[in-house]
Amino acid sequence: MGIADITFYAFAITLLGAGFLVTIARNPVHSVLWLILSFISAAGMFVLLGAEFMAMLLIIVYVGAVAVLFLFVVMMLDVDFAALKGEMARYFPVGAIVGLVLLMQMGLLFGTWQEAEAARDLRQAPTPDLAEAHNTKALGMILYDQYFLAFQVAGLILLVAMVGAIVLTLRHRKDIKRQDVVAQMHRDPAKAMELKDVKPGQGLG
Amino acid sequence: MNAFLETGLGITLLIMAQSMLIVTFVMVSLVFLVYADRKVWAAVQMRRGPNVVGPWGLLQTFADAIKFVVKEVVIPAGVDRPVYFLAPLLSFVLAMLAWAVIPFNDGWVLADINVAVLFIFAITSLEVYGVIMGGWASNSKYAFLGSLRSAAQMVSYEVSLGLIIIGVIISTGSMNFGNIVAAQDTGWGALGWYWLPHLPMVVLFFVSCLAETNRPPFDLPEAESELVAGFMVEYGSTPYLLFMAGEYIAIFLMCALISLLFFGGWLSPIPGLPDGFHWMFAKMAFFFFLFAMVKAITPRYRYDQLMRIGWKVFLPLSLAWVVVVAFLAKFEVAGGFWARWAIGG
Repeated sequence: MGIADITFYAFAITLLGAGFLVTIARNPVHSVLWLILSFISAAGMFVLLGAEFMAMLLIIVYVGAVAVLFLFVVMMLDVDFAALKGEMARYFPVGAIVGLVLLMQMGLLFGTWQEAEAARDLRQAPTPDLAEAHNTKALGMILYDQYFLAFQVAGLILLVAMVGAIVLTLRHRKDIKRQDVVAQMHRDPAKAMELKDVKPGQGLG
Repeated sequence: MNAFLETGLGITLLIMAQSMLIVTFVMVSLVFLVYADRKVWAAVQMRRGPNVVGPWGLLQTFADAIKFVVKEVVIPAGVDRPVYFLAPLLSFVLAMLAWAVIPFNDGWVLADINVAVLFIFAITSLEVYGVIMGGWASNSKYAFLGSLRSAAQMVSYEVSLGLIIIGVIISTGSMNFGNIVAAQDTGWGALGWYWLPHLPMVVLFFVSCLAETNRPPFDLPEAESELVAGFMVEYGSTPYLLFMAGEYIAIFLMCALISLLFFGGWLSPIPGLPDGFHWMFAKMAFFFFLFAMVKAITPRYRYDQLMRIGWKVFLPLSLAWVVVVAFLAKFEVAGGFWARWAIGG
């Protein structure tokens, strides 16, 4: 067993263990932390596969952004997780059956997976040889050169989704005071303050 | 000897020795950077600064470190113990980890990987967990609110940092620091470095670094004069020391990053002079001096102003700059000034 194998099993065991702990941890914040550990182990396995760009992206996007949001939500929401856990026993048989069926389906699918002889030659975007371009460059060429339109359309769809989410939640409230930053920056000390010479005993009236 | 270094054990030992070398370098620099920080700060305010321990107070940081280490670790009631102790460790280890891909001279790098810039970016995006975990595990409202405040700040400024770095990557056509520095070696000395083609972004990058590392004027996480000390309010002794050390290491890393990305790394500013580690170190020290000066002369921002600058000013500007650089590089405007791969740099 070489170093690569040992590393693979270390990452794989960590990934499975952390994934298991995500589901059984009592504290939801601990669950998210275990989830982060499993993300990082998955990134490590990507590195072992030679897909270092995917690994870094997994960490930056999922661990650096998505999991932070998860943590925020879990910390701020006051969800009674103990009550949710209590219902688990009731739903366990159904969940187990669904899981078993899924597992069998995946086994059927991938157990009989066969690649046709000609499939490799039919690919529209063959992976370039590692000597020509490392995988970051190869991904960039496929995404931004060959499938530029599809990439842009995907971006547009995300943009529409984002605008939709903002429109659904944005309410312009009239009854609160807002700060006008431009007005604040253009405040003039001469106009902002007025000095009054108040005579003793008279007040400002 | 050489045969031994090619065996598995030899490689492992060699890497461990190199890592130790980097850790030692960073830790020793850290000790004197804290001292320099306080001295610069004191000089601006016309104080003497640390001047008692050792000659000119040089050993002050050692005294502080020993003081922290020998203090009793006070654990507040109701803390989540594993997470409470994991948080400072995480901030320190992650800050240290990023140095693995920082080159100090041509080829002086522990891990010469293709995605070095992305690696740095991934590690900095992980650093926010030290803050969140520390604040949450402390079981204190003040620490928790402080951690939310700083996490939002760090996440916001990461975005503009990343976008600015993309401009440099476009100009170079590589994410390897060695290639980025090599692309700045045009024979024009300091005029060939990326600060000139990417001039507006250098300023933005510097300011974003200040916000990302929680330095004044963006030190909202601590804001010791108006708020309690943020996410680390429940920490003392060695865990607190680890938080502080992690923070300073991250600052020093940002200095190294600015030097490498925009100021030519180990290249000499004057054509003809020998390149080398001394230039890299001088640039890092200079940018740390700038960090210290900013700390000394700027008042703290209000939190809403900080968020507004991050999302409404820096993000659109850096996003627009990515498009502008992509255009300038693609059409090789000004003889490949923005497209260094085109002129063989």
